[in-house]
Amino acid sequence: MGKTIIPIGPYHPLQEEPEFFTLTVEGETVVDIDMRMGYNHRGIEKLSEMKTFENSTFVVERICGICSTSHPFAYTRAVEDIFPMEVSMRAKYIRTIIAEGERIHSHLLWLGLAGHFLGYNTVYMWAWKLREEILDVMEILSGNRQAYAMFKPGGVRRDIRSEDIPICLKKIDSIVPTLVMLKKAVLDDPVLHARLKGVGIMSYQEAIDFSALGPTSRASGVARDVRKDSPYGAYQEMEWDMIVTKNGDVFDKAVVRILESFESIKILKYCLNNLPDGEIDAKIMDVPPGEGIGHIEAPRGETFHYVKSDGTNRPLRHKVRAPTFMNLPTYKATIQGETISDATIILAAIDPCYCCTERIAVKDGKGRMLYNGKDLIQLSREKTEKIKKRMGGR
Amino acid sequence: MTIIYLLVFGFAATAILGLITSWIDRKVTARVQYRVGPPFLQPVYDLVKLLGKETLIPAGASKGIFLIAPVIGISGVIAVSTLFWVNQFFSEGFMGDWIVAIYLLTIPSISLILAGFASGNPLASLGASREMKLVIAYELPFILAALVPVISAHSIRLSTIIDSQAGGVFAGSISGILALIVAIMCVQAKLALVPFDIPEAETEIVEGPIVEYSGPGLAIFKLMKNMLFFILPFFLMILFFGGLRLNGINILWTLLEYVGIVAIITVIRNTNPRVRIDQAVRFFWGPMTLIAVVAVILALNGL
Repeated sequence: MGKTIIPIGPYHPLQEEPEFFTLTVEGETVVDIDMRMGYNHRGIEKLSEMKTFENSTFVVERICGICSTSHPFAYTRAVEDIFPMEVSMRAKYIRTIIAEGERIHSHLLWLGLAGHFLGYNTVYMWAWKLREEILDVMEILSGNRQAYAMFKPGGVRRDIRSEDIPICLKKIDSIVPTLVMLKKAVLDDPVLHARLKGVGIMSYQEAIDFSALGPTSRASGVARDVRKDSPYGAYQEMEWDMIVTKNGDVFDKAVVRILESFESIKILKYCLNNLPDGEIDAKIMDVPPGEGIGHIEAPRGETFHYVKSDGTNRPLRHKVRAPTFMNLPTYKATIQGETISDATIILAAIDPCYCCTERIAVKDGKGRMLYNGKDLIQLSREKTEKIKKRMGGR
Repeated sequence: MTIIYLLVFGFAATAILGLITSWIDRKVTARVQYRVGPPFLQPVYDLVKLLGKETLIPAGASKGIFLIAPVIGISGVIAVSTLFWVNQFFSEGFMGDWIVAIYLLTIPSISLILAGFASGNPLASLGASREMKLVIAYELPFILAALVPVISAHSIRLSTIIDSQAGGVFAGSISGILALIVAIMCVQAKLALVPFDIPEAETEIVEGPIVEYSGPGLAIFKLMKNMLFFILPFFLMILFFGGLRLNGINILWTLLEYVGIVAIITVIRNTNPRVRIDQAVRFFWGPMTLIAVVAVILALNGL
């Protein structure tokens, strides 16, 4: 049977993001996949270097529309790592509340989209309807449905009023029965089992080899979660379980995400019930020279930020790594040998965020790539040397 | 006279009822999904809008077949719906029109396959090949299920099948109800609705065979789909419920049965994800064919 090329992109028909996959298929079986990114370079890192430490928080908040808190969270932790300094307990709790609320709505969004990709539009609409409740909670807490603008280096910008807490707890409790029903509808549906079990399997070893992150790796049995491994925020304050499953197929990825939502609800409720008193902002003044890293567990995996300061009020260098960057290559392991029908859901199973991953691609006028990875590393080393020289060998 | 049958019943009545049926389907779907749903005339608006758009012919397409495929499809639908209407109201069928009906009901699928392969688009030809596999999968159980009323009525004439149910509908017997279940699943596949919307699979192959269609061509395909959405439940009613009985209280029953069949189809489509083509083939050749064979055997024994 001859090989056909099935293009997906440059505008993804479903995920509405710019990326380009070429699936090489024989009949209905996918034999190879090629991925091409670089359609959406926004220059976030450069923008961030041109803003003050405080203003950069808002720039990185716009990296991702869905996990809009994970980037400021990681960024503020990176800045705080330069000192080093500790933020107050109350600020940590508020940060955790926002991050977990975001995790719930992000997982629900994925669940809905996964249903849509499988032609199960009822799940799509129900999950998104449920998500609205969480977004309402977020609006009560932060004033925004998305892009909460709660974070700043040294603390949080807005306090949680004590009279809002009972309202939020009531709303969170009200979604639990529907979420349980949705969980049963998804996890006990025989047709979904037939469709998802054993599809797009990533073995434990492959997850290690590709350095997969977040739910993508936890579905393959890799017990890796920044919240447990290197606790930050208020995560070590309460009991919660890391959800790890063994099979590594699409179904397990769904299981991990759905069960994680319940854990998030647990954390969210604990934090709201036990919010300590105290200052919310350490009011940091000048950032000393130095470098800091911050990493947190975003809904899709570990988000990593690196910030270098030269003692002025702007970051000298700011590097962002979104989780999709690590999860994207796992397609190579999961998609080969599967059918085109399954390709859609496998490509969606890592909960990709292509735009957030985009950093740089240099092309000439004809659309050819000018630099490959090696060249870019070389360029970056040269620039580092230049900066070092300018700073006097530090 | 034939022209009037074709235009008034075959086309106009079927199209109007088909559009209403598709509205019912969309409205029920919307309510199930916490949405408001479209206004009553939305299917008409969609159609009119498409008719006013430009027809684009892709460079790699074989032009003639690409343009004629929608016409072939809708012709088949008009012919078969005319056959049903004249059998229903004028008893003007002929011996063996059941066979003709089964045959004509595959024409829409064939037109989609033609359209897909003529488009010169990899996604379209993929959709067309899936449609082919699906036709092969569901035709056998569908014919077996449709055979049950024939056995019960001892006739392959549709008007005789309708008349012989005057005393009691076939759906009331064991064989009839089994055959009806199989037939509804096959209708689901014939209409290419979830879980058997594999050939179109918007989220996988972007509507498959009709991906390259625009303007009137697409409008005709959409209208064909809507008409099928009326004809196939109508066919089931002829086979299992004694057709449309428009006398006295039976009008209410007819309406209930029709809306019931449409509602079952809609509910199935809203409570299932799409299956893979191999799973669909296994489903139709395995359990569905088995149930249909059992139904035929029961019917032969007069149950």
